[in-house]
Amino acid sequence: MVTQTTSGLIIGMLLFLVAVGLTLIFGVLKVINFAHGAFYMFGAYFAMTTYQLTGSFALAMLCGAAGTAILGLVFERFFMSRVYGGDVLMQLLVCYAFVLIFDDVVRMVWGPEFKSMGMPTAFQVAPLFIAGGVVPPYYLLLIGVALAAAIVLGLGLARTRIGKVIRAAAHNPGMVSALGINTGLIYGGVFALGCMLAGLAGALAAPVRSLTPGMGFSVLIESFIVTVIGGMGSILGALIGALLLGLIRSFGSLGFPLFTEGLMYLFMVIVLVSRPTGLFGKEVA
Amino acid sequence: MTELQAGQSSEPLTVAPAGVQPLWSRYRDVMIALIALVVLAMLPLFTGSKAVLDFVIRCSAFGLFATSLNLLVGYTGMISFGHGMFFGLGAYSFGLIMQRTGVPVPIGFVATLAITTGVAAFIGAICVRLKEIYFAFVTLAFQMLIHSTILSWVSLTGGDQGLRGGIPRPAFLGIDLSNQIHLYITSCVLLAIGLLLMRQIAQSPFGYTLRMVRDNANRARFIGINVWRAKLTIFVLAALFAATGGVIMSLFVSGAYPEFAYWTISGEGIFINMLGGVTTFLGPMVGTVLLLMLNDTVTRLTEYYGIVLGIVILFFAIGLRKGLMDFVVEWYAQRRANTDEGG
Repeated sequence: MVTQTTSGLIIGMLLFLVAVGLTLIFGVLKVINFAHGAFYMFGAYFAMTTYQLTGSFALAMLCGAAGTAILGLVFERFFMSRVYGGDVLMQLLVCYAFVLIFDDVVRMVWGPEFKSMGMPTAFQVAPLFIAGGVVPPYYLLLIGVALAAAIVLGLGLARTRIGKVIRAAAHNPGMVSALGINTGLIYGGVFALGCMLAGLAGALAAPVRSLTPGMGFSVLIESFIVTVIGGMGSILGALIGALLLGLIRSFGSLGFPLFTEGLMYLFMVIVLVSRPTGLFGKEVA
Repeated sequence: MTELQAGQSSEPLTVAPAGVQPLWSRYRDVMIALIALVVLAMLPLFTGSKAVLDFVIRCSAFGLFATSLNLLVGYTGMISFGHGMFFGLGAYSFGLIMQRTGVPVPIGFVATLAITTGVAAFIGAICVRLKEIYFAFVTLAFQMLIHSTILSWVSLTGGDQGLRGGIPRPAFLGIDLSNQIHLYITSCVLLAIGLLLMRQIAQSPFGYTLRMVRDNANRARFIGINVWRAKLTIFVLAALFAATGGVIMSLFVSGAYPEFAYWTISGEGIFINMLGGVTTFLGPMVGTVLLLMLNDTVTRLTEYYGIVLGIVILFFAIGLRKGLMDFVVEWYAQRRANTDEGG
């Protein structure tokens, strides 16, 4: 029971980090970053390479997050910013192009086979026994980091000046721009932040999952389901939605191993039909 | 959508000048389809090359798929990113029906269409009331559901190995689909009929209702159109043509593979539409031929097909922002305007 719950929490927390980036970018820029899964993938690969070169786990996390942030900024400034406000078709196509390119770049650099980063030595200790369940210590770190990210993000958006500017830009970019604030900078920053969170999720997942080109796509779909369930643009919604989905997956694999994926979709359909805006969404879907 | 399509997509409602071949103008589309069909059917007489015929068969499969997607994207403004699921569904349903029951090909085909209608109506009923981006992603999510079902339901679908062992193709009415020429002619006929039917849909009053829904759904609602029903109808109709494409594909490879239902098929469909242009009826067909040619060339030269395709997509999406047929139409309109001034 405890084992299932923690593994559900792990899946949920990783999903949350990816989904919150997706929902943040959508909330401010009004585009869905279809290439978001690719940043998750890059985060994992960056972390693996850094860890193999330096042997430092902290540095690996940092490189995973920072590398994807830079990549996201470049992607936004040079490509995505050209298709804002226009056609959804064009936005999807630009992202689609980059999904193809990124997957092939990873295949070129790291090879097409499955890779594994291995558990860092600091966490190769006996698992903890909590209430009769087995909990590897690394899981606690993962949950802690993701929760910290959620709190920092939530408070940062609600309380700080930058957070206010971002919320204002989401609401009325023209007015914010007229008040002398560089909205291009904000867009780039928010996009980079969202990509960084996806990269962090990838880096955190690298020790416990296998790495392969195209690994980001299923994560993208699942985190999109999370944002549909939680409500597009809502951070709390992303958190609740991700945890629900994680628990559905881990308990579903006990009850209906063949229908686990189906359960997630079923849940999404129920939410979509009964509450089209998602559990915590305000916008009309 | 509007920037791309404003004022172009609806063909000008010209009335044929009186006395000038009324028969031709009335049955123009049918005539063009017949001529194209005859030309394609004569092709095996001139070339013995199997590769050319195979290429045309693949063009029919993907052409039907891409053109049906254009009914959604171009005519109704519904950007489906999961249209490929019906392509895969058609291929798998047909393959399974033929393998398990051994009914004649036409009955298998009709049964496939029936299954597709049911699935498309169910998915469409959930999806079509969603707005642009939501619609794109929820259709994509359903596609992934179908794909993962195919992968995990190994006892029925063969999992990641695909449907193997070949699809039985008993001869009917003297048509033997295991003969390449027969298969070639059949897919050309299916393509011609499919395109004609879709052309009929696009030019019918219902087709103009769809354009109105795309341009201004509220106005359509105001004059009493049930927007939800119109969108659902075209969603199901488009799914049927996509499934027909899937049937041709499964006949061609004599099997069905999970890649047929993978999201990249939908992505390629969207790109085919962009490449050829969504503002003309034949744009997706042109796009299909170009993409398949590009595909064949690139996969021969490099294993990194994704990078090349990605760069080509970027060139079109960010650089040109229009499909090739859009340029042709513009050039033609320009020329006509010039001659009008001259005369």
